[in-house]
Amino acid sequence: MVVCHLIKKQTYFDSVTLMLIGSQVKKLEGIENAVVGMCTDYNIDSLKRLNMYHQDFVGLTPNDLIICIMGKDKATADAGIAEVENRLKSRKPAGGTSAELPPSTQEEAARRLPEANVVLISVPGEYAAREANQALQNGRHVMLFSDNVSIDEELQLKTLGVSKELLVMGPDCGTAIINGVPLAFANAVRAGDIGLVAASGTGLQEVTSTIHRLGCGVSQAIGVGGRDLSEKIGGRMTIMATRALAEDPATKVIVLISKPPAEGVLKPLFAEFKNIDKKIVVYFIGADPKIIEDQGFVAARNLEDAAIKACDLSRKTSHKPEIADEAIASLAAKQKMTGKNLRGLYSGGTLCDEAQRLLQPVIGEIFSNTPVKGCKEMADVYKSSGHCIIDLGDDNFTRGKAHPMIDPDYRSERMIQESADASVGLICFDLVLGYGSHPDMAGEMVSAIKLGQQKSGNRPILAACICGTEDDPQGYQQQKAKLEEAGVVVFPTNVAMVKFAQHCLERK
Amino acid sequence: MSKLASFFGQKVKVINLGIPSFAEDLRQQGVEAIHTEWRPPAGGNKKIQALLARVEVWQGQVKAAKGAR
Repeated sequence: MVVCHLIKKQTYFDSVTLMLIGSQVKKLEGIENAVVGMCTDYNIDSLKRLNMYHQDFVGLTPNDLIICIMGKDKATADAGIAEVENRLKSRKPAGGTSAELPPSTQEEAARRLPEANVVLISVPGEYAAREANQALQNGRHVMLFSDNVSIDEELQLKTLGVSKELLVMGPDCGTAIINGVPLAFANAVRAGDIGLVAASGTGLQEVTSTIHRLGCGVSQAIGVGGRDLSEKIGGRMTIMATRALAEDPATKVIVLISKPPAEGVLKPLFAEFKNIDKKIVVYFIGADPKIIEDQGFVAARNLEDAAIKACDLSRKTSHKPEIADEAIASLAAKQKMTGKNLRGLYSGGTLCDEAQRLLQPVIGEIFSNTPVKGCKEMADVYKSSGHCIIDLGDDNFTRGKAHPMIDPDYRSERMIQESADASVGLICFDLVLGYGSHPDMAGEMVSAIKLGQQKSGNRPILAACICGTEDDPQGYQQQKAKLEEAGVVVFPTNVAMVKFAQHCLERK
Repeated sequence: MSKLASFFGQKVKVINLGIPSFAEDLRQQGVEAIHTEWRPPAGGNKKIQALLARVEVWQGQVKAAKGAR
């Protein structure tokens, strides 16, 4: 194997673009490994770990790009570098005159679009708070997609945001729909009178998509970041956003989705809700619904139930799950498990969490890389054993790689790996559609399924749930049809898929 | 009505810093969005970044003091 590299000084690209290009080039014939990244400490460590480090990298800065390819010979590695360069060229925006060149700082962008009212930040975490602070100081709402922002920085930003009545959505906030506009990873949903506040990205996507498919609509969907209801942050954004929804004439029903709040936050949160003259549906993931009902609010049992209850209150009529329990049972009755084990390959963290919570009391021992109460930690996250429900969007799998909602590579690999295990009788996975997500995840999954079946000859039952709507760029029905054609049993929600899994496992 | 509640219903216009496709998605929906070819400040030099951060804190304090007058 030969390692070749190219350094491009003062050439900056965002990490997602570079990770996707690296991943695509790695698939080319004769290429063993490809690292395409800015010269950050993390990338230097990766290069060392992969035996691809070179002395030429000494003294470079995070503004310098490194293209490093390991190939079967020099010609192949050089061809890999050329391929990366070609792909990068196609990513650069065309700019003829200097007037057409994009701005390079937030200040410059604000001069060109002074009426901008939202700043969407997905720069590396160490720089994100600085940019968010600048946006707030200048009176703009912030959506902070970046992770690796410290809780102290979050507290400072949210304190400033509250003082200026500006939203700080995040950090690590993947989803929001503000004034009808989906930001980052969000689904195309109909406008309506249900306003949501959520400390869970895929949780918010699942509930807003279900609301849309049930025929209702969304006024606002405000992501607040997973730590907002912690003791330290004190629910600052949740409380501010809920107050604003209470005043908003377009919002009739309010939905809150979060992990159970810290002890010290629960009381002031409920006190706040009691002042609101609108119906409130609360889903505290994994908590006893009684603590919500005792306070006089509507408690949801799961994400699907949160959507149904919100729609019931919005329309004052009863809504039912898109697929009835009897129909799920009948679909399961037609299946035969060839192996005894379940494997769940999730891209959505909250969906993975929900599957574990629903299945653990029924099927017993479950392993996960993100185990909930009652489930067990996987000994090796790269090798499954027994029933495993895996969050492939967790840090273990995304260091130096794009999230599985964007980059299907590792999940495809894992699909083939799980298919080759004769003990596996059922593979469940999610497909999260919407803006920001891969344009054809169903197509990618079907290719992996077919390859897995060809290689191993095994035929586990395959089930998928699609989080999305017909109006999403990928098209719900089109993605569903692709999966069904490959023999996958498709469900509209994670809860429905999990019920199907339960029936299959009970019948084995 | 609070400032935030009054913001609901207004036209969203976005400055995007980081992943370019977020701005592309917004423009495809007809939302006014400007993408910034962002890069780490001070050429990625951590010492100069730390100095810049101190200057920014100082500028913020000056701005706040002026506002308080």
